[in-house]
Amino acid sequence: MKKNWPVFLLCAVLLVGLVLPLATGASAPGFYVEVLLGGLMTGVLYSLVAMGFALIFKASGVFNFAQGAMVLFAALAVARLAERMPLWAAILVGIVIMIALAFVIERVVLRSLVGQEAIALFMATLGVTFFLDGFGQTVWGSDIYKIELGIAKEPVMVLQGLFQGGILINKEDVVATLVAVALVGVLALFFQKTATGRALRAVADDHQAAQSIGIPLNRMWVIVWSVAGIVALVAGVIWGSRLGVQFSVSLVALKALPVVILGGLTSVTGAIVGGLIIGVGEKMAEVFLGPVLVKAFDLAGGGIENWFAYVLALLFLLVRPEGLFGEKHIDRV
Amino acid sequence: MFYRENGQFKSTYASDQQMLPILQDRVFMAGLLVVAFGVVPMLASDYLFLSLLIPFLILALAAIGLNLLVGYCGQISIGHAAFMAVGAYAAYNLVLHVPQLSFLVVLVLAGLIAAAVGMLFGIPSLRIKGLYLAVATLGAQFFMDWLFARVKWFTNYAHSGSVQTSPVELFGWTIDTPHEKYVFLLAVLILFTVIARNLVRGHIGRAWMAMRDMDVAAEVIGIRPVYAKLSAFAVSSFYVGVAGALWGFVHLGSWEPLAFNLTLSLNLLFMIIIGGMGSILGSFFGAAFIVVLPILLNQLPQMLGIPMSTAMVSHLEFMIFGALIVFFLIVEPHGLARLWAIGKEKLRLWPFPH
Repeated sequence: MKKNWPVFLLCAVLLVGLVLPLATGASAPGFYVEVLLGGLMTGVLYSLVAMGFALIFKASGVFNFAQGAMVLFAALAVARLAERMPLWAAILVGIVIMIALAFVIERVVLRSLVGQEAIALFMATLGVTFFLDGFGQTVWGSDIYKIELGIAKEPVMVLQGLFQGGILINKEDVVATLVAVALVGVLALFFQKTATGRALRAVADDHQAAQSIGIPLNRMWVIVWSVAGIVALVAGVIWGSRLGVQFSVSLVALKALPVVILGGLTSVTGAIVGGLIIGVGEKMAEVFLGPVLVKAFDLAGGGIENWFAYVLALLFLLVRPEGLFGEKHIDRV
Repeated sequence: MFYRENGQFKSTYASDQQMLPILQDRVFMAGLLVVAFGVVPMLASDYLFLSLLIPFLILALAAIGLNLLVGYCGQISIGHAAFMAVGAYAAYNLVLHVPQLSFLVVLVLAGLIAAAVGMLFGIPSLRIKGLYLAVATLGAQFFMDWLFARVKWFTNYAHSGSVQTSPVELFGWTIDTPHEKYVFLLAVLILFTVIARNLVRGHIGRAWMAMRDMDVAAEVIGIRPVYAKLSAFAVSSFYVGVAGALWGFVHLGSWEPLAFNLTLSLNLLFMIIIGGMGSILGSFFGAAFIVVLPILLNQLPQMLGIPMSTAMVSHLEFMIFGALIVFFLIVEPHGLARLWAIGKEKLRLWPFPH
């Protein structure tokens, strides 16, 4: 317990920060809940991207910088395909494309680099990132595209009795959250109950042992990259319908990195919880802490949410390198 | 036939330890210096200076800095442009508030400030290793981007957030023509290259490499990880900070808040992957490659008569960079510098390879 006090301290500071705006009366309860919900919605998207990331790291030990690029690529593909066919067909074709992509990445990149140092594999994913960014925009175009999910975008007033003025909620956000939760459930079932899922977990635990009992490593990698690709596609579609499909999506998706650091690199649960913490944390920081900072230091504007996630992850690295839900064992120096 | 060390005997310690032990190398290097200082300034046009040579010299310096950290010490950083920004803004404020300082002093101080900031963000490297560090340095990148864009003091309360600098003055010599800039940068680069070469073959460099190759073993033979890692971060950030100050003052002149963004960080990383990790020479190759490729891509389709939009060119650039990185990692992880070394080895045996 003694060793854990910095973690508790950090969590306590976060909690106090969470409650403070409400406790000091700096914001109306209704507005506060709106911000909180907005943060949770963003958090769900971070969780989705981070989940794909954690899956790949778990099964192949690759720190996949390209996850953001995969989100962008998938979103671009669906957005452009949907112009020519119904949305469900576009999504299906998109899934096929992501699986093909996983196959190519395994064949061309991973298989040639097997057994190399982790740092080389990481840099290879940097290369993949750049290639995908360029390739995606060459094939699909580089304007801003829209994905229409066919859900009404007007905000709905709810809980008018509870709060003064009620709370504005976007119907689309609710659907997105439900989809994300469903996806997590399906993935959990897949990992826990199917033979392939068991094999994937075996590969994650010990590559050599898994191979020696006859699990084909290469095929497992294709599967896990495909799953990550499909998760990226879902994240991309939801994101695309909210903000439009454009290049900046791949930058925002980079926030999956601090999310997985916070939650623990190897843990899918960690990815989800981390995503929610960071989504809520940065929204709260932006809305409530930002103006205070701007006033105190005479800044030229807010924008804390650009780095809040990273600095939070940095602090966590210092006090708890394995993350909230990660495995205890970590290469320490 | 011509490139071999037969008959060159080393009879003193000094001759055994010199940087270029083979006569032919020394002649080649002397020739290169003569060309760089004497011939190039006479022949090159202003366009060549401004779009090729000056960026190349500064980026080579930054690439050496990053290579010291990533290539020699094995600590990944994808936020090194942030330390360039620290150097640039430190130099800007030093010149602004203490105008009587010589630019050389400003350069060194800017480097030192960048080194201090670099060490701060290097602290997590003591507890974690490898890839976790990527996130810590990415944090440095976004935090610094924000800091310099939002805190008005750094930009001297400029409305647009961009800063203006006056031409550099050195002992009464105003460096404002492309030609003068080139000579000044070349001198700085050579000085820092010599220092880097000697650092990496001295005990500090050996400590870094031991840390990179196997940290536990390094600790066992008496290398203190704290010193090795933090010194790598400090020296690397110093180099990059100086490069940043030069980039701002000599190359750009005035710059926007996001001049030192993530793209620049990634480009620096590409330079050392393509040029060769753990090689000073490789930093030069990589920098040259990254500077030349976009220009080539812009010119080549026109020369071949293939019409190409600028958007297409930039996408193509992305794709080629990405493909090349993967290609080099798979085929030649030590980059262009390794190819150069192979060429030299072949040359020693030429024309009788058996």
